[in-house]
Amino acid sequence: MSQAETVISFRHITMAFPGVVANDDVSLDIRKGEVFALVGENGAGKSTLMKVLYGMNEPTEGEVWVRGQQVRHFSPANAIGMGIGMVHQHFMLVPSFTVAQNVVLGDEPRKGLFCDFAKARQTVEDLVKEYGLKVEPDDRIEDISVGLQQRVEILKALRRGADILILDEPTAVLTPQETDELFAVIRRIVAEKQMTIIIITHKLGEVMAISDRVGVMRAGKLVGVCETADVSERILASMMVGKEVLLDAIERADSGEDGVAIEVEGLRVRDSRGLEAVRGVSLTVRRGEILGIAGVEGNGQSELLEAITGLRPIESGRVSILGKRADGLSPKAIRALGLSHVPEDRIATGVSVKADVTDNLIVGKERRREFSALGIHMKRGPIREYAKKVFERFDIRAAGLDTAVGSMSGGNMQKVVVAREFSFDTPVLIISQPTRGVDIGAMDFIHQQIVEKRNAGCAILLVSADLDELYRLSDRMVTIYEGEITGEFKPEDIPKTEISYYMTGGRKEARA
Amino acid sequence: MDLGAIFNLSTLMNTINTATIVVLAGLGCLMTDQAGMMCIGIDGMMTAGAFAAVIGSWLCSSWIMGLVFALAVGLLLGGFYGLFVIRYKSDEFIIGVALNIFAVAITTFLLRSIPGQSGSFHPATGAVVKLPSFSIAGSNVSIMVPLSWLLVALTWLLVYRTPLGFWLHASGEHPESLRSVGRSPERMKYLGSLACGLFCGLSGAYLSLGYLSTFTENMSASQGYVAVACVIFGRSNPVYVFLAALLFGFIDAAGQRMQGIVDPTLTATFPYIGTILMMVILAVRYTAMKKKRA
Repeated sequence: MSQAETVISFRHITMAFPGVVANDDVSLDIRKGEVFALVGENGAGKSTLMKVLYGMNEPTEGEVWVRGQQVRHFSPANAIGMGIGMVHQHFMLVPSFTVAQNVVLGDEPRKGLFCDFAKARQTVEDLVKEYGLKVEPDDRIEDISVGLQQRVEILKALRRGADILILDEPTAVLTPQETDELFAVIRRIVAEKQMTIIIITHKLGEVMAISDRVGVMRAGKLVGVCETADVSERILASMMVGKEVLLDAIERADSGEDGVAIEVEGLRVRDSRGLEAVRGVSLTVRRGEILGIAGVEGNGQSELLEAITGLRPIESGRVSILGKRADGLSPKAIRALGLSHVPEDRIATGVSVKADVTDNLIVGKERRREFSALGIHMKRGPIREYAKKVFERFDIRAAGLDTAVGSMSGGNMQKVVVAREFSFDTPVLIISQPTRGVDIGAMDFIHQQIVEKRNAGCAILLVSADLDELYRLSDRMVTIYEGEITGEFKPEDIPKTEISYYMTGGRKEARA
Repeated sequence: MDLGAIFNLSTLMNTINTATIVVLAGLGCLMTDQAGMMCIGIDGMMTAGAFAAVIGSWLCSSWIMGLVFALAVGLLLGGFYGLFVIRYKSDEFIIGVALNIFAVAITTFLLRSIPGQSGSFHPATGAVVKLPSFSIAGSNVSIMVPLSWLLVALTWLLVYRTPLGFWLHASGEHPESLRSVGRSPERMKYLGSLACGLFCGLSGAYLSLGYLSTFTENMSASQGYVAVACVIFGRSNPVYVFLAALLFGFIDAAGQRMQGIVDPTLTATFPYIGTILMMVILAVRYTAMKKKRA
């Protein structure tokens, strides 16, 4: 397949959004008739790059060439005209319309002024026959399974004459059986119709199963392109996460505190789609210890932390914080047991972007006697004084205390979250992705603060997609894969390349 | 109580008359609702349309010009609504309320400055030309009545049978799906807003030139809100909205009939009580549906 012609050529694509560079000088050639997998962590820039190809993003810099022609106008209509189809991660289907209506949407067959329903239905039936993707043209989208909805999306692209198909995280919503069916379809349309498929994913097993070549993205950059046959999941995993950041070691001290602070037993949790995301996880964290959880994103880490902090209901299992039962309690009650939480998504749950720094720092303490009279009247004076102290101690860089947090950089926003949570001075800390999208300076600072907490005797449960971070901070690490703990290690005992093997499904007993 | 006093020809005519006002405005509201930006400003658009119709007819001594004025004002306000909601992403509810307040104020002001009258506009007989009408069974029926029925049918065809109608609906239910196939949801939303203005212009023209030839301050008497209720109750289906408007018209007409029996200030509240009942039914149904889904 290496002799095949190039159909798509990205040349030095840079895509900048306000405050973020999502794609940084990416150059990539896609060959005709291949299945190309694009892998990387969430936020690595895969979807952004594909949205450039589909005309939904106009690149800040660089060129896109399709079949030897430079793309001049970036719009989905233009991309469709060039034979490019995209199946989005969130389906672009109108729920109350039928399958046939959705397939022909935007370009309906007509009979005079009216839409020709019979012809639309026939079109779908013809496509179903031609590609073997079984769907009922008259079913409503809201009544059919996500697997079928995805077929409708694929049919929609095929009907528009697409011979380049982009699939954005196509298996994220599918059951294993549906995934197998999808892969069978992909193989068939590539073999019979010489289609070119680009599949975005972070599941490495699927990359190995379906792709001819694979490109790895990390932090907006394309870090490598390989023939799938030449690489292993382990190599890909280390390419995905293996950023080497040289930072000085942080001094560790024994706090003298001991005893189990977090105890989780047989925890089972469902995700928002109702699927089991955490499957019988047990772990303990002692005081003065940082336990790191390593895993490729989407393997149940988020649900695990949400369950521990009371944000998500628990199916079964037990959670104890400092010896007291915490499962079934409200987030507020769990916090009262002595727990603080730095959530993974600072914008969605970490801060109020519209409120100023002062208000964000005081949240959770506003009813304390020194800050409010009878819990009603806010004492602005003491609040400002307190906020100023925290502001300076955590080295938050903003124009002032009344700056809206939403206008600050990611690093400073994160410092606001860390500052607020750390100044509750609780013995238990749950920390998720503490330095995602944060510059190195702020990262180092936050790391220091975390280790300082550990040295002071806190029990810290840390989830991070960044292996370097886990290695730098953890006293002990566990790997999680598909909601199960697959291994437990001391950071000094296992190289990064090997731990990534456990993060992608390898088992303890498989370690040979 | 003599039921014959309630169910008679006069009640029927009143029912149809009121229903026509409501259904025309309702069709407008429905066009915006299909596009996912339900306009509650139709009450104001009706008032402005009613005023423009009278002025147009008075200035040009022509009902056609009255209609043209009403449609033009409707288009203008529809465009205004679209501009703020689509382009400037204002809250549709707030812009709708603003339109309603603005329309009452501006028509009152213009009434004093153009014909120089206050409260209501009663030009000399013959100075304002009414919309044409015809006679059935001894009753006078405005051409707007059959026209509104035709429009119900046409709107139904548009929404459920034409590509344009699908795009309009898609722009409301899932705008990104429309964008991803290369069609602009914004364009559809503007279309919905402008169509809304046109329908409300018609409704307003019928209000002031249908059987009367006068304009009174706050002439819509909140029937625009009733039309909004009908759209919600009729789930944005033109035929159901029409039936809801008929039901409302009947409650209104029957209330008027009962004025001899019950206190007229009480009967005047019937249509609004009816509206509230409709909403309660809807809420109950909605909660039941939600439970079923969950």
